[in-house]
Amino acid sequence: MADTSAGALQKQIAAVLARVPDPEIPVISIVDLGIVRDIGHDANGSWVALTPTYTGCPATAVIKQATRDALDNAGFGHVELRVVLSPAWSTDMITDQGREKLRRYGIAPPEPSSPDVPCPRCGSRNTAEVSRFGSTPCKALWRCLACHEPFDRFKCH
Amino acid sequence: MQPNHFEALLEVADDSLILGQRLCEWCGHAPTIEVDLSLSNLALDLIGQATLLLDYAGELEGKGRTADRLAFHRDAEAFRNSMLLEQPNSDFARTVMRHFLFAAYANPLFEALARSPDARLAEIAAKSIKELRYHLEYATDWLERLGQGTDESHRRIANAFDWNWRFVDDLFFDSISWKSGAEIGLWPLRADLRPAFDDTLSAGLALAGLAEPKPAWPIVGGRMGKHSEHLSSMLTVMQVLPRAHPEATW
Repeated sequence: MADTSAGALQKQIAAVLARVPDPEIPVISIVDLGIVRDIGHDANGSWVALTPTYTGCPATAVIKQATRDALDNAGFGHVELRVVLSPAWSTDMITDQGREKLRRYGIAPPEPSSPDVPCPRCGSRNTAEVSRFGSTPCKALWRCLACHEPFDRFKCH
Repeated sequence: MQPNHFEALLEVADDSLILGQRLCEWCGHAPTIEVDLSLSNLALDLIGQATLLLDYAGELEGKGRTADRLAFHRDAEAFRNSMLLEQPNSDFARTVMRHFLFAAYANPLFEALARSPDARLAEIAAKSIKELRYHLEYATDWLERLGQGTDESHRRIANAFDWNWRFVDDLFFDSISWKSGAEIGLWPLRADLRPAFDDTLSAGLALAGLAEPKPAWPIVGGRMGKHSEHLSSMLTVMQVLPRAHPEATW
């Protein structure tokens, strides 16, 4: 008989969520990005809490829809989706695995403790900011002064 | 929070919405592609904040109005934003100065709102303040660059300061609804935020090599729904589609 305990159910839901990609940075999942705040169970059934990265991030609605679709397709149509704001999302919530995936994709991951930003391509720390804003609200535009490649940097937030 | 704080909440929400819409007008017209991207991203933050605040305001009002309904189906006199934020973009320097003045005000305001005993307001503010800090850094960068750039850029940012300065008292105006919230500790009086603003302002002006402001005859009224003619014409563009198709859904 299948394990139907709440804990097992949460694990199954977590596995589904780990396969939902971020729509703007598809190499990283919404779990890696720290958008999945919590998975829980109460008297009304199971729920998943998501949190937006930036208040105006246009991907938020897409992420919610993609999460809904993934849950529905996996037979979790009854699982409720909640959006929570508190505590506010921070780049500290990105997993180590997520940071490594970002770097390999060519995006410098946020490193709040480090004053310089290593180039995601050649690793040089000889880099400079081009623009405080990049292609999405969460990124800034940088360039490497060693290999001369431009790159996105995930802003510390 | 009580229903009579609906208008006070609109004051905060409308500041973000109207400035966000103004910044959107730069899309495709900014001096460089980096600035174009930046201004659009600043606008996105502001519209995101406005959406959260307006949804809450609508619930507080209790008449079933959503953020979209409040944004697109109110006339100019129902808006409670400061007149500073509805002023036309004009040149880039004026946009930078307007943003600097707004961010210097919004940072201490949202820091205070994040400590509000109203949990919903506090969590919206805690989320927004992280974005608004970046806005102040961005505006300060450009303020310095224009102030210390060429004679022409210095002249323009100095003119921009003179132009915007007369609307700053409108930003800080304490309406009846705002005062009533301050009395029960939901937020501070805006007058109490002024010293923090003045410090940020002095530091920014010094960086840019600009003189401290001369006394100006203040223009106030935004918090009471009295606006310059620019708000109506801006709303005409912003609201035309939802007004033409009020029941349309995606």
